[in-house]
Amino acid sequence: MANRPEPVQVIKQRRDAMLQSLVEGVPYIQFMGIRFDRRGDELTGVLPYQDMLIGNPMLPALHGGATAAFLEVTAIIELTWTSLWSRMEAGEEIDVSSHRLPKTIDFSVDYLRSGLPRDAYARARVNRYGRRYASVHVEAWQDNRTRLFSQATGHFLMPQKDD
Amino acid sequence: MTSPKDRKAIIAKQFIEALPYAKALGMAIDEVGDGTATITMPYDRKLIGDPETGVIHGGAVSALMDTCCGAAVMAHPAALGGTATIDLRIDYMRPAKPGDAIKTTATCYHVTRSVAFVRAVTSDSDENRPVATATGAFTVEGA
Repeated sequence: MANRPEPVQVIKQRRDAMLQSLVEGVPYIQFMGIRFDRRGDELTGVLPYQDMLIGNPMLPALHGGATAAFLEVTAIIELTWTSLWSRMEAGEEIDVSSHRLPKTIDFSVDYLRSGLPRDAYARARVNRYGRRYASVHVEAWQDNRTRLFSQATGHFLMPQKDD
Repeated sequence: MTSPKDRKAIIAKQFIEALPYAKALGMAIDEVGDGTATITMPYDRKLIGDPETGVIHGGAVSALMDTCCGAAVMAHPAALGGTATIDLRIDYMRPAKPGDAIKTTATCYHVTRSVAFVRAVTSDSDENRPVATATGAFTVEGA
């Protein structure tokens, strides 16, 4: 019994604390009201509806810019989370506030249907994770997981040691 | 006397600036022409995406680009009424200087019966070095 697994609460507390410090340090994420649900290493971005997010008051529909921002926030958090995961699981103390974030190189958004005035969800998948470049795909939906209202692909420059 | 063209510009200005999300980000229309629009967004701490440097989040730049491209479509003589984004690709050349307002100019360079094609450039106080560029396709409604 040399390597007893850590108690589940300790693991959960460590993961949730890191996720929270990643998200709460960014003013724009707070301004948008975006939060993240976590199941193991799987993150789901949640954009709770606010009147401020409307871009077409007649329909009404979410602003394309608000949707794009939600997708980009979700992609960057997923990428940063992925980059820190193994160090965090190894028990390393990571000072998230001094950790540099990936920089967006390009971001391409498809609008599949108009965003309804209710909560939106998004999940990102890191398709390539290299030392310098990463490619991330992100999908957003509202009521039905299979009926996406928007998706995006972005390329990112990973923070370098001497940054 | 205001000409029909000026009237269209005034309507576009009032319409865009009243959009809740554009208003929340403090966007202001500087100019609207035939198929062109220029919009400024002031620097605000709530838009910061990188707390280490104070650089605003790419998402806020996207929002400005999307709004400006939509305004350029609505300002095109061949497009009547509203529009919606079909796709928008943004390339980020460099971070915007913290503290600077950013300004986007969008041009709707081609319109078909159902699609409008748009490109846009964003810069900060150094107008010769773009912060970001965008290309997009938008719907043409009311045709």
